[in-house]
Amino acid sequence: MRRSWLLWSASLACYAFLYVPLAVVVIFSFNDSRLNAEWVGFTFDWYRVLFADLAMLGAAANSVLIALVSSSVATVLGTMAGMAMHHWNIRALPFMVLTPVAMPEILLGVSLLVFFIQVLNLTLGLLSVLLAHITFSIGFVAIIVRARLAGMDESLFEAARDLGATPWETFRLVTLPLILPGVLAGLLMAFTLSIDDFVITFFTAGVGVSTLPLQIYSMIKIAVTPEVNAVSTLLMLLTLVMIVAASRLAPETLRSHT
Amino acid sequence: MTHSSSFVDAKQKRTDTRGYTGTLAISRFRAPVPLLEIRRVTRRFGDFVAVDDVSIAVEPGEFFTLLGPSGCGKTTLLRMIAGFDMPDEGQILLDGKDLADTPPERRPVHTVFQSYALFPHMTVAQNVAFPLRMAGRPAQEVARRTQEELDIVHLSDKAGAYPHELSGGQKQRVALARGLVNRPRLLLLDEPLGALDAKLRVEMQLELTMLQKNLGITFIFVTHAQYEALALSDRIAVMNSGRVEQLDTPDHIYGSPRNRFVADFIGKINLYNCSVIATSSESLRLSVAGLGEVWAPPHADVPAGTAGTFALRPEHARIVPRSQNPLMKNHLFGRVREFFYVGDVTTYVIDLDSGVRFQALLANSAPGRAKFFELGDEVAVEWPNEAGMFLSR
Repeated sequence: MRRSWLLWSASLACYAFLYVPLAVVVIFSFNDSRLNAEWVGFTFDWYRVLFADLAMLGAAANSVLIALVSSSVATVLGTMAGMAMHHWNIRALPFMVLTPVAMPEILLGVSLLVFFIQVLNLTLGLLSVLLAHITFSIGFVAIIVRARLAGMDESLFEAARDLGATPWETFRLVTLPLILPGVLAGLLMAFTLSIDDFVITFFTAGVGVSTLPLQIYSMIKIAVTPEVNAVSTLLMLLTLVMIVAASRLAPETLRSHT
Repeated sequence: MTHSSSFVDAKQKRTDTRGYTGTLAISRFRAPVPLLEIRRVTRRFGDFVAVDDVSIAVEPGEFFTLLGPSGCGKTTLLRMIAGFDMPDEGQILLDGKDLADTPPERRPVHTVFQSYALFPHMTVAQNVAFPLRMAGRPAQEVARRTQEELDIVHLSDKAGAYPHELSGGQKQRVALARGLVNRPRLLLLDEPLGALDAKLRVEMQLELTMLQKNLGITFIFVTHAQYEALALSDRIAVMNSGRVEQLDTPDHIYGSPRNRFVADFIGKINLYNCSVIATSSESLRLSVAGLGEVWAPPHADVPAGTAGTFALRPEHARIVPRSQNPLMKNHLFGRVREFFYVGDVTTYVIDLDSGVRFQALLANSAPGRAKFFELGDEVAVEWPNEAGMFLSR
């Protein structure tokens, strides 16, 4: 009894730790005050301000575009990488994919900046941000897909070939449906990583393009207004919708095949 | 001695087979190509030789078994026939055509995997329909033939179920239906009954043989279960460390094992080191460690002094009380040390006076009587000359 009480309070504390700050942001986005200090009254004003803020809207559009494109590309490439790692099972491969994932973001940001300017001779902008986001997302997708494949009976793929499926048909009809939960999880992860990335984006965006995190950062340099809370709340909502959509698309995410 | 007479039968049949081989050789000009020919195939993994210069020809309609302990190369051989692995040396031919450049999906060979490998995201019907869809059959035909195949394996009522909703036996039958639905030239079965419990196993064995005979599809069956191999197969290739030790019909494999490994691997047997004392056209006189001098049937080209193994099946020996005088030339005295009663037969382990152990098997053919001897009983064992076997290796 005592143990279950301990367990309950521990998990309650965990959830509180995770969700209270988020709840505060959501609540104060409806606060009728310029300060994030005390509750004054309910208002939608900050959302009105937000939707009139053209710079913020432009940054949000950029963020969504970058997140969509980079997560899609990273999912395709990462899935291929994950399958390759599984297939060849060379020790160095997962290590090489993991290294950029584990590397401090600031290092990756600086090295990408140098690479884009000095090697590719690229003008910093939307394209450089996209390439940077794809780069750091691939590893996550690859690792998730590989983990999904690792638990799978290898003879399933052999059976498909054996029963007349070409390698491509095997991928389309057997492999992909079986790893789909992993692929979608990877996509979701890549999307989330992209939309809230600050450090790497900061180094690779240049002056021409702004994303939501960059825009929020430049706003709080002046003053923290509840407009920031409002935009954060919308960002949370988007993430929530993404998760619900993914679980609808692939109900298997919550059910494991045996 | 009913047992020894069946042994003689086996000998008789062997001569028949030899005659048959002769006719085949004469009619060679009609080019009777075997369905599958494995021609001097070798497969190495690093220093390990998994399959070592194996040659096998499988005839159409045959139930052919690759039998051997784990690691003997039988599964590697099967994977090479299916196309998942390639020989380092030698050729695999189907209907006389080399398969080397044919990928698995283009070989008219299907496999029933040990794990069944049913696609978990497809229903039973979708699983069975898979090979037909891949072959590009029209939707109507796919539906009809899937239904027919499910009827054959008695699973029509499970068509909409997913594999995880099925029992082991049902999964097995789906795997079988899926392997057979497109009528492959050859069906490979990799220990398909290994995961089933004993009773279900026997049921599936029966279903398997009936299915194979009815459809006339050639089966290559891989197993390490010797009794299963004996019961199901037309011919068996006994494999050990990558080589085929003996390729023969079940009765010859059991009745005339070619060497010590085959004798030991198939069934129960008494094995003793021995050497040849004298040979004649009627018999072989052997000096056997622990048994002394015994007589065995004549054996082609073994000069006196040759070392080998003396083998005797437990069911070919007779046990009598020590007080009763043995009638046969080959007889020894001892004491019952252990017995294993399994219902229809009892195996007696006898400590001979010389100190070596000897097994004899008695059918419990007298109703109401569980066993004929008790622990510690003083007994004599005897066997006819023709029951003993001299194995040169």
